Amino acid sequence: MSSLTHKAEIPEGGYRTPDGRIIGGVLMDIRNVTLRFGGVVAIKDISFDIREGEIRAIIGPNGAGKSSMLNVISGFYVPQEGEIWFRGEKRPPLKPYQVARQGVARTFQNIALFKGMTTLDNIMTGRVTKMKSNMLDQAIWWGKAEREESEHREKVEEIIDFLEIQAIRKTPVGRLPYGLQKRVELGRALAAEPDLLLLDEPMAGMNVEEKEDMSRFILDVNDEYGTTIALIEHDMGVVMDLSDRVVVMDYGKKIGDGTPDEVRNNQAVIDAYLGVVHE
Amino acid sequence: MLADSSVQSEALNSIPALLARNVEKFGARTAYREKEYGIWQSWTWAEAAKEVEDLALGLLGLGIREGDFVAIIGRNRPYFYWAMVAAQSVGAVPVPMYQDANAQELGYVLGHCGARYAIVDDQEQVDKILEEKDSLPALEHVIYVDPRGLRKYDHTHLHQYSHIQQIGRAAYDEFNPELERRLAKLGYDDTCVMLYTSGTTGKPKGVVLSNRNVIESSKNSAAFDNLTEEEEILAYLPMAWVGDFIFSIGQAYWCGFCVNCPENAETMPTDLREIGPTYYFAPPRFFETQLTSVMIRMEDAGRIKKWLFDHYMKVAREVGPSILDGRPVPFARRLSYALGNIFIYGPLKNVLGLSRIRVGYTAGEAIGPEIFEFYRSLGINLKQLYGQTEATVFITQQPDGEVRADTVGVPSPGVEVEIRDNGEVYYRSPGVFVEYYKNPESTADTKDAEGWVATGDAGFFEESTGHLRIIDRAKDVGKMADGRMFAPKYVENKLKFYPNILEAVVFGAGRDFCTAFINIDLNAVGNWAERNNIAYASYQELAAHPQVYAMIQDHVEEVNRSVAEDEMLSGCQIHRFLILHKELDADDGELTRTRKVRRRIIEEKYADLIKALYDGSSEIYTETEVTYEDGRKGRISATLEIRDASVVATKAKVAAQ
Repeated sequence: MSSLTHKAEIPEGGYRTPDGRIIGGVLMDIRNVTLRFGGVVAIKDISFDIREGEIRAIIGPNGAGKSSMLNVISGFYVPQEGEIWFRGEKRPPLKPYQVARQGVARTFQNIALFKGMTTLDNIMTGRVTKMKSNMLDQAIWWGKAEREESEHREKVEEIIDFLEIQAIRKTPVGRLPYGLQKRVELGRALAAEPDLLLLDEPMAGMNVEEKEDMSRFILDVNDEYGTTIALIEHDMGVVMDLSDRVVVMDYGKKIGDGTPDEVRNNQAVIDAYLGVVHE
Repeated sequence: MLADSSVQSEALNSIPALLARNVEKFGARTAYREKEYGIWQSWTWAEAAKEVEDLALGLLGLGIREGDFVAIIGRNRPYFYWAMVAAQSVGAVPVPMYQDANAQELGYVLGHCGARYAIVDDQEQVDKILEEKDSLPALEHVIYVDPRGLRKYDHTHLHQYSHIQQIGRAAYDEFNPELERRLAKLGYDDTCVMLYTSGTTGKPKGVVLSNRNVIESSKNSAAFDNLTEEEEILAYLPMAWVGDFIFSIGQAYWCGFCVNCPENAETMPTDLREIGPTYYFAPPRFFETQLTSVMIRMEDAGRIKKWLFDHYMKVAREVGPSILDGRPVPFARRLSYALGNIFIYGPLKNVLGLSRIRVGYTAGEAIGPEIFEFYRSLGINLKQLYGQTEATVFITQQPDGEVRADTVGVPSPGVEVEIRDNGEVYYRSPGVFVEYYKNPESTADTKDAEGWVATGDAGFFEESTGHLRIIDRAKDVGKMADGRMFAPKYVENKLKFYPNILEAVVFGAGRDFCTAFINIDLNAVGNWAERNNIAYASYQELAAHPQVYAMIQDHVEEVNRSVAEDEMLSGCQIHRFLILHKELDADDGELTRTRKVRRRIIEEKYADLIKALYDGSSEIYTETEVTYEDGRKGRISATLEIRDASVVATKAKVAAQ
């Protein structure tokens, strides 16, 4: 028995990864984006794309503008210059919830869960963009609202099973250890059934075992649901292992873009991380 | 309860035959439950039989032959119980294996039986098998239940469980005549299952059990405790272990009761509470952990609750066991116990998930008398049994009303027990195994021509009650340098009865005095540290803390006083001890998968520590290799303190000096 993968056609604009996965065409294209806060330029004329089904990492030293970039993608910041193309269409300035409706979900660097609510309820909030019944229906919990809640609950239970957090289903998240809270947050993002999942430092503050678990889940999400993932991460080992392509930022500029190996050998990247001697 | 006319029991000579009987008799009753997606899913006997049939037909489609071995690797799920019965239906032999075994351990067992098929849980198990596939030429097909992460694997020899069932269902007309032919051929002396013993020494051995072994044992033990189709059990113990096979298949199929499978290992306490089993089995460690967590929580409770708990637990200790055994108790005390039941025992049992227990068993190791009494005093009919894989579990059991912490009961129905001259316990019963697979020497060593089997345990019958008492493993019982008797397990058990001590290993064979390794229980000691404002960063640091040492020393000295009371064993007092810097672990080979201490391996691995225990040094620097969960290895180093414990001078000792 061998574990060769099935042969398949590579779609236009896509490529085949070294481990044999097929990456599709461009899902999101970021074109010449510049973001300023008053006189501070956070992002300077950056362009890159995210292709369907890939795991795309954004790395860079502190203050490089990574989180701002993620906030631009998620629609939280509107850049002064440049365009964002999503699924082949130019995206007008949108409210974050409108971006979420389009199929973009995210997790946060500092966990942003509802501490007093259970794991189940927290993940359920991720379904909000999918709920159709109005407030009155939900308040009297009758007919459509009741049916709808059962459907959402089923989806949420699938995610709980997927992330192996059955044992904490009814535990208030404030009582959970940090690594598990991170997992619940991932669960909430997954509940929105995103096409593009944004992870802001998913491994920050974790021990080796928790990092391994989280890496496994990220790969599984990508594999099982075909979700495209863009992540920011500081742990270079994790980034190089997980991602298909990496964007490197420094002082708001893009200084490198390519496969982990290409980036690793890029002189500009090495300089940015190790520093250069000023003469 | 069950019709046992000779005609009927003649036909009931295999597990698939029992399944057919259950469909007829209890067709609409629930046979299996599993919690999935937060909801208990259930299957009736009729539905379960259909699942088994579909899989059996699918296996025929894959070309399964009679006598083939089918490895079953997964946690307790209905799918795997069905897989075992499906394998039996087509004349193959199911071989359940420990799902937490590493790739090499699995590889050895798979290779030893030459399994052609493996039915496994998920990607983790598939990966382990693929890792070993080059050394397993006989293995042809792997069938998995959970497709997650496996979609992109090459499926030439890899199949999803439900797909095999669909194929089987579609090919009903082609394969059903063959299935019926094979079902009709199943005989009472055909192999029912092969179980690998965990192996405290050497490589695991495959114990072959026949239909006769399994069905007779199940029948006798079910009658002993009046088990009926009304029972509910929770299947959570490893499927590779004989106990789970007998409870969740043998007795379940004989009686027709329902097997409930938890959602996963971590949710087991919640699932236990939701199901409220009526018949229950757990190793002593489980009861210890549960009691420790109750006690820890009571330490944190408010004053009124704490007072209520202490007061009524005192009442329970006094009269609870007597009420349970139906002995006379004064009316006032009865009333007090009834109040306690309302305030404390009832709610406590409910939280523990033990409200409905009719019969509970513990076995595998000695249980601490305080722990045993605690559960008995709550009105839980917890009993002990003594058994092994080779006996299809049952050797002795405690009948209702004759339950004590220090004995293991009277011979089970149909079992003969005798003590040979060297003190070793022998037995003969319908449950005595057929053979060790591909190992005639071991079979001959263990089982003699008349069917008597050596247990390897030393014990004796109490004259007054006729109950069996087990002292230790016969081969572990040795002599000290001056000829006094050395029984390590006897002392270790006494040590382990303290909640702070998780594991103990005593040395002394051929030596002048006894010494011990101690493992602290992180839960209990950690909680104690918290209450006493003792800061610690790691297990290692806590274990080396002087106050922890002082506490353990108290325990050791108390044990010494108690050991000294027994004249025969007074030489086994602990003179010197140390607290280990790491927990003994099955992944490091120090314990078996059923968590029994592997003495030889520990002696070899920690030879430097043992030397230090005997050369009088007060501390020792050591480095130890550890295996992480993912199989990688690392080293930890520590300087361990060695303490002297005071011992009680006894007559025997004086004489020896």
